[in-house]
Amino acid sequence: MLDRIGAKTLDDLYSDVPADFIFRGEYDLPDAKGEQEVRDYFEALSKKNTSLKVFVGAGAYDHYTPSVIPYITSRSEFLTAYTPYQAEISQGTLRYVFEYQSMMCELTGLDISNASLYDGATAAAEAMKMAIACAKHKTRVLLSNTLLPNVLKVIETYAKYHGVELGFIDVNKGQTCIVSLKNELAKGDVAGIIVPGINKYGIVEDFAGFAEAVHTEGGVMIEYCDPSTLAVIKTPKEWDADIAVGDGQSLGIPLCFGGPYVGFMTCKKEFVRKMPGRIVGETKDSEGKRCFVLTLQAREQHIRREKATSNICSNESLLALFVTVYLSLMGPEGMKRVNDLSYGGAHYLHDELLKTGKFAEAFERPFLNEFTLKCNVPVNELQQKLLDAGFFAALEIEENYVSFCVTEKRTKEEIDSLVKVIKEA
Amino acid sequence: MSKVIEGLFYSESHEWVKVEGEIATVGVTDFAQKEMGDITYVDMPDVDDEVVKGEEFGALESVKASSDLYSPVSGTVTEKNEALDDSPELVNEDAFANWIIKVKMSDPSEIKDLMDATAYSKLTEK
Repeated sequence: MLDRIGAKTLDDLYSDVPADFIFRGEYDLPDAKGEQEVRDYFEALSKKNTSLKVFVGAGAYDHYTPSVIPYITSRSEFLTAYTPYQAEISQGTLRYVFEYQSMMCELTGLDISNASLYDGATAAAEAMKMAIACAKHKTRVLLSNTLLPNVLKVIETYAKYHGVELGFIDVNKGQTCIVSLKNELAKGDVAGIIVPGINKYGIVEDFAGFAEAVHTEGGVMIEYCDPSTLAVIKTPKEWDADIAVGDGQSLGIPLCFGGPYVGFMTCKKEFVRKMPGRIVGETKDSEGKRCFVLTLQAREQHIRREKATSNICSNESLLALFVTVYLSLMGPEGMKRVNDLSYGGAHYLHDELLKTGKFAEAFERPFLNEFTLKCNVPVNELQQKLLDAGFFAALEIEENYVSFCVTEKRTKEEIDSLVKVIKEA
Repeated sequence: MSKVIEGLFYSESHEWVKVEGEIATVGVTDFAQKEMGDITYVDMPDVDDEVVKGEEFGALESVKASSDLYSPVSGTVTEKNEALDDSPELVNEDAFANWIIKVKMSDPSEIKDLMDATAYSKLTEK
């Protein structure tokens, strides 16, 4: 290649880089190691990991991953396939993305889904931009203070660099306050609101009157939700939300130290042209056979440029496949069972924790698999004792308020062990 | 050769205008629809929206591109062609018969800045 392009060395390819910016130091890399040495090295590193029983949620949930999923997603046809720009040779990819989209529509109840986004937090930020695009002449988006803090932070970052003004809706006894919402809406400049179906305290929120209030002012309602729970609680459609976003991690994706996860977005039909991301559509080929294509591409930034709702022109395909396989295996009955077991475990733990006398009820509000209690003992000490005993629990949500989560993976024995450690702490 | 109709006014961005009193009917020319290819969606403003001469008021989307529409006059939208919502291909079938919006002009003198059929024909011949 060097001969062909007339360069003498690899360094010649960097001739455009100013001399000041060229790194001339040592890379401090060790000598090459044999395969066995490399294995031993990494095994030793992995032994430093602490394996804990997870009793915390806060946006990432320790649900069970059926064994067959990694086998299916690791098939080379799926793992190495590129973006399906050329429909003729990408029917497999397009088909599974179409199935993924269909399933997200089923879970949320809304009409259209995109092909996925990077994660829940960025999906929420994209929804914020979509609200501005949908509601003409409105410049502000309201966020509930009950949203997860990391989701809020990401939305704030996007808002800052897109010149979007943000407002906040107050919390009243652990729930987004409708009075505060109406006060903010009355200012007449709200393009949309983002509220969590299950909030950072684990509380299942009541959105009676929210959609109506927002729609009257010409804005859109965006619900941030945990898709796994939509099998058993009211869907965004049932609350008359216009857009639903969230993270698909709870659909069987392992915790993996925080990623990769997958964001989803669904919306009512009338907003489809403002929705960012890829969309796969179903059509017929020249022989009249059912087939799939990327569609409505005139929304996207490679065509619409600065007029597009977003710069995203990608999706999280392999994780979307992961989620699709999970939902296919679980089905509606399986999803209901996951939630029943999680609900049962969480409520059992909740009651047992109150009996220890070290906690007090924080909110008298319904919860599913996650809850918050007021902690009457020093939180740091409690957390350390739990870590020493092999438990990740009692996340401090706010000063002296701790959160616990129980999924279908936690057995009664594990819950009883956790309670025993706390009693003796 | 694209069709050009006498008696209408034309903008450089390929919109045509028919003036009747203070109402301007706006559409895109035959040349424009040919360039776009099969039109899949017409993004139109709502009735009562304001449009400003030279500024974007909507877009034509086709399978290969999205092209902004620029208003040849300033004023308030009095009507939009709802038939185009379900059948955007009407613009391809007959770009002159299928108008996009009607505008109550705030400054009818703006028409003077537009081209006549002859000048527009010369533009598209190039």
